[in-house]
Amino acid sequence: MQLISLSFADLALAAIGVIALAVTTAMLRLGVARTLVVAAIRTAAQLCLVGLILEAVFAERAFVWIALIALTMLLLAGREAAARQTRRFTGGYGFAAGTISMFLSAFVTTVLTLVVVIRVEPWYTPQYAIPLLGMLLGNTMTGIALALDRLTQNAWREAAVIEARLALGATAGQAVADIRREAMRAGMIPMINAMAAAGIISLPGMMTGQILAGSSPWEAVKYQILIMFLIAAGTGFGTLSAVTLGARRLFDDRHRLRLERLRRATS
Amino acid sequence: MASTRPRLLLRGLSIGGIGPLDAAIAPGECLALSGPSGAGKTRLLRAIADLDPHGGECRLDDRPAAVFAAPAWRRAVAYLPAEPAWWADTPRDHLRTPDAPAGHDRLAALDLETAMLDRPLTQLSSGQRQRLALLRLLDGQPQVLLLDEPTANLDADNIARVEALVADYCAERDAACVWVSHDPGQRRRVAHRQLALDGRGRVTTCN
Repeated sequence: MQLISLSFADLALAAIGVIALAVTTAMLRLGVARTLVVAAIRTAAQLCLVGLILEAVFAERAFVWIALIALTMLLLAGREAAARQTRRFTGGYGFAAGTISMFLSAFVTTVLTLVVVIRVEPWYTPQYAIPLLGMLLGNTMTGIALALDRLTQNAWREAAVIEARLALGATAGQAVADIRREAMRAGMIPMINAMAAAGIISLPGMMTGQILAGSSPWEAVKYQILIMFLIAAGTGFGTLSAVTLGARRLFDDRHRLRLERLRRATS
Repeated sequence: MASTRPRLLLRGLSIGGIGPLDAAIAPGECLALSGPSGAGKTRLLRAIADLDPHGGECRLDDRPAAVFAAPAWRRAVAYLPAEPAWWADTPRDHLRTPDAPAGHDRLAALDLETAMLDRPLTQLSSGQRQRLALLRLLDGQPQVLLLDEPTANLDADNIARVEALVADYCAERDAACVWVSHDPGQRRRVAHRQLALDGRGRVTTCN
């Protein structure tokens, strides 16, 4: 089966639905029309830009360019994870914790997969490396953002309980154990749910894309299982690392709760 | 008492413009601390328990806090906040030694029933929780008690019970005590000596 190439006219047809929705919501005064249109335009512009860049990189296949794109993706993901916090660590610590964790989990998982599982030559072949890294970074970022947000919010709200435990001689680790556990769960639940629902309730996006592009469903399924496992491991270890770094930052070496290291985000 | 080595020694203790506080508290001795609301009594107690960064030095039996691991220091120098927080469902889940016989004697001394240990905390009154918080504190067998208004929610009978239990504990174990109280009558009853903070957080002696 050959991939049917879409023309800009085809995309314009698809846009009619969005425009109709925008007009309808504007008439009903629901107050989302403007945001909807802006988001739709952003989608088109951002994806076209990425498409152009990827076309160039795929043609060039130079390691430097691929590494540069990967680094940009990592930094943007780190910034996004930090921006989603209601109470942020001061001094860029939240950004650092998120970025380091994503580097450790998403990058290591991607490289291992390219070298050991897919065994593509060279290992940084962009058709494999960029989409893999993108999916891992996206999911890991969501996990880390959710987990750090839960960690800092709960630490703030339950400061009295944490300090009560410290005052009775608990270590920082014991005093924050419950909150840590909840934060880990918050970060990993979306991924666990996605694995449990895959194929039954939702057809995962990557698999759908591969089938549309002409792969046999069986090949698409195998790749999807690979991706799910990678995302599970990447998100889990990334979240674990970020929560560990974050929980450590909440205390000093005398096991004191240091909430002044958090500040409320101005939104 | 001059010949006895102090159980708790505070030297130049200060935190956020409050203090400096110098005091030597002997084994079995109780020091009362008073002052207007917001003067910094709680912050001083927290500093002694090393819960906040602070200036000056605290020594337990002549050993500086820095040589203790922080959790060990706080087990020995135990701080009871004015509004104790609970994390588990029942009081018993908060005890270091859930079945200690000594705990039962103290329960009776505080007019509490053993069954209360297994009742959900939400079903207990604020006065019962406050007495259970003292029980929880003593359960760790501290050598210094830092009590922040420990009888604020109690009626006269229970105030007397708490005062008697703390006095017994300190006498029995040679523990030192710093007792923050707004009630002059209570300070005279429980304390061997008194210190006060003025509105700007400076320490003044008063007797």
